[in-house]
Amino acid sequence: MNRAVTYLCLLRDWIDARFPMTKLWNEHLARYYAPKNFNFWYFFGSLALLVLVIQIVTGIWLTMNYKPSAEQAFASVEFIMRDVEWGWWIRYMHSTGASAFFIVIYLHMFRALLYGSFKKPRELLWITGMLIYLTLMGEAFFGYLLPWGQMSYWGAQVIISLFGAIPVIGDDLALWIRGDYVVSDVTLNRFFSFHVIAMPLVLLALVLIHIMALHEVGSNNPDGVEIKERKDADGVPIDGIPFHPYYTVKDIVGVAVFLIFFSLVVFYSPEMGGYFLEHNNFIPADPLKTPEHIAPVWYFTPYYAILRAVPSQVGGVFAMGLAVMLFFFLPWLDRSPVKSIRYRGRNYRIALALFTVSFLALGWLGLQVATPAYTWLARIFSVIYFMFFVLMPFYTRADNDQPVPERVRYP
Amino acid sequence: MRLLRFLPVFVLAWPAFLQATGQAPHDYRIDVDTSDIESLQRGARIFVNYCMGCHSASYMRYNRLGKDLGISEEILKRNFMFGTDKTGSTMDIAMKGADALVFFGVAPPDLSVNARSRGADWLYGYFMTFYRDPSRPFGVNNLVFRDVAMPHVLWELQGFQRAVYKTVVQVDGTEVEVIERLEQDTAGTMDPDEYRQAVHDLVNFMVYLAEPAKFQRQKIGLWVIIYLLAFLALAYLLKKEYWRDVR
Repeated sequence: MNRAVTYLCLLRDWIDARFPMTKLWNEHLARYYAPKNFNFWYFFGSLALLVLVIQIVTGIWLTMNYKPSAEQAFASVEFIMRDVEWGWWIRYMHSTGASAFFIVIYLHMFRALLYGSFKKPRELLWITGMLIYLTLMGEAFFGYLLPWGQMSYWGAQVIISLFGAIPVIGDDLALWIRGDYVVSDVTLNRFFSFHVIAMPLVLLALVLIHIMALHEVGSNNPDGVEIKERKDADGVPIDGIPFHPYYTVKDIVGVAVFLIFFSLVVFYSPEMGGYFLEHNNFIPADPLKTPEHIAPVWYFTPYYAILRAVPSQVGGVFAMGLAVMLFFFLPWLDRSPVKSIRYRGRNYRIALALFTVSFLALGWLGLQVATPAYTWLARIFSVIYFMFFVLMPFYTRADNDQPVPERVRYP
Repeated sequence: MRLLRFLPVFVLAWPAFLQATGQAPHDYRIDVDTSDIESLQRGARIFVNYCMGCHSASYMRYNRLGKDLGISEEILKRNFMFGTDKTGSTMDIAMKGADALVFFGVAPPDLSVNARSRGADWLYGYFMTFYRDPSRPFGVNNLVFRDVAMPHVLWELQGFQRAVYKTVVQVDGTEVEVIERLEQDTAGTMDPDEYRQAVHDLVNFMVYLAEPAKFQRQKIGLWVIIYLLAFLALAYLLKKEYWRDVR
C-alpha cells in the first residue's frame, strides 16, 4: 500500500480510538440506508440545511459592518451596500436567503403532509421540525427589524402590540419585549442579540436533534412503506441504499438547480417586486410617521390574514397562535393507517387540496389592504384552514384508503 | 383662490375620475437603463445643480460617482462638488435639517435610496406634473404628490403648466370639477421633448444613485448563472453514473 495511505489509515485509527469519527460517518452517511424511491419532494431537507449555512455565513460577514443602533443601523446597511467590497452581494444573499428559507421549509412541510411523514413512528421528528419552524419565525421576525426601515419599524410595532392583546398581562408583556414604550434603540439592540446569537443557537441545536431523530427512525418515502420491515441477511433494508454516495450526488443536483433560481433573484431581482425587500423599507424608520399600509413579509401573511379575519383582537391573536400550533397535533389527529397520498382515500385528498388552496389564498389576502369583501374571503378560508385539522379524526377514520404495496415502487 | 375651493374635491372625486377616464392623467411609465453612462452623466449634472441645493445623498461618495460614471477627478471637483469637500466625501449639503424645517415646513429627505422606495415611474410622473396652484406656498402643486412642500425647482427648464378642469357627474348625481389634463402655460428654456429627456436622465441617475451596484450585479450574475448551468450538467452526469446500479 502507498505510504501516504498507510499514514492516513493510522491517523484515522488514532482518531477513532479517541473520537467516534468513522462511526458517525457510517451511521449518518455511508451506512445510513435511505429508501431508493425518493422523488422531487425529498430535495428540500438538504436544501434547508444549505440555506441555513448560507444565512449563517453571510450573517457573520454582515455583522462585521452592521451597527445595531437606531442612529446608525439604516446607514450601516447602505454602507454595506455601497462601500463594503461585495457587500451588496452578501446582503442580497442574506435577504433572499430569508425568503428562500421559508419557501424551502414550506415545501418540506408540504412533503410531510403528502406522504404522511409526520405519522407514527416519526411523531418526534415532526415535532422537532415544528419547533425549528417556530424558531425560524422568531429568527425572521427579529432580523426584519435590523435594517431599521419604515416596514421594519412598524412591522415590529404591530407584532409586539399583538402580545398586548393578551388579557391581564398583555400590556406589561409588550413593554417587557420592547424594553421601552415604543420600539426604540433598546428594542433594536435586544433584537440584534436574539437574531445573531440566541435564535441561531437554538436553531442549530434543533436541526441537530431533528437529524438525529430522522436517522433513528429512518426516512419515510413517497410510498409510505417502512423499508426497515424487510431486511436482507446483513440487516440492510432491501429497498434502502446508502445515503452516501447515492443521495449526496443526487442532492448536489438539487443544490445546483436551487442555486440557479437563488442567483436569478440575487442578481436580477433582489427586491422580488417588493416581496423580498419591501419598497417602504428603503425609508428610514420614523416613529412619528405611520405608513398607510403595513403588511408583514410574505411568509407570515397567511397567519396575518387569519388574525385580521377575526373581529375581536384577542380572538384574532388566539386564532393566529392556534393556526400554527395545530400542526403539532397532526400525528394524533390523523386516524388513517395509510401514510402516502398515493394510497389515501378521497377524503384526505380533498381535504389536503382545500387546505393548500386556503393557505395560499390566505397568504395572498394577507398582503392586500383589507376590504370588506377580502375580509369575508379570509374568514371563509380561515374556517377551511381550521376544519382541515379539527375534522381530521373524522374524515381520515372512514376514508376509502387503498391497499399499500409490500415494497416501494422503483422506478 | 378659486382653486382652493376645489382642493378637497380632488381627493374625493379621484375614484370617480379614474372611472370616468379609464386612466389617470399622470399615468407615467419610464424604462430606465443604468448602463447608459451618458444619460447618467447628464442626470448627475441636473441632480447636483438643481436637487442638491436642498437634498443630500449622504450614502453616496463623489469618487464612486466619478468611477462609475467615468468622470475625472478634476471635472468632479470643478463641476460637481462645492467648497471644501474631498472626493472621498459623501454627497452632503450645507443646509441643516432644522433650518429646512423652518423654510419648507418639512425637511427635504435624503435622496440616496429615494428611487427604491418611490420607484422610477413615480419619480417620472412627479417631475412631469407640477402645475400652477396659487393656493400653495410656492405657487405650484403636483398631480402625483398632492400638496407637496417642494417648489417646482425645474421650472426654468420646463416652464409652468396649468391645469385644465372638467366637470364630472358622480354616482350620487353631484357634479365636481376635476383636472382633465395639464397644458403649457409659460415656456421654459427647454421644449417639452427636451424636458422629457432631461427628466428621463434625472430619474435614470436617481435609480443608479439608489443602488450603484445594480449594473455590476447584472453583469456578474450572467457569469454566475453560466457557471451554475455547467455545474448542474456535471452534477447530473455524476448522479446518473452512480445511480446506474440502483435497481
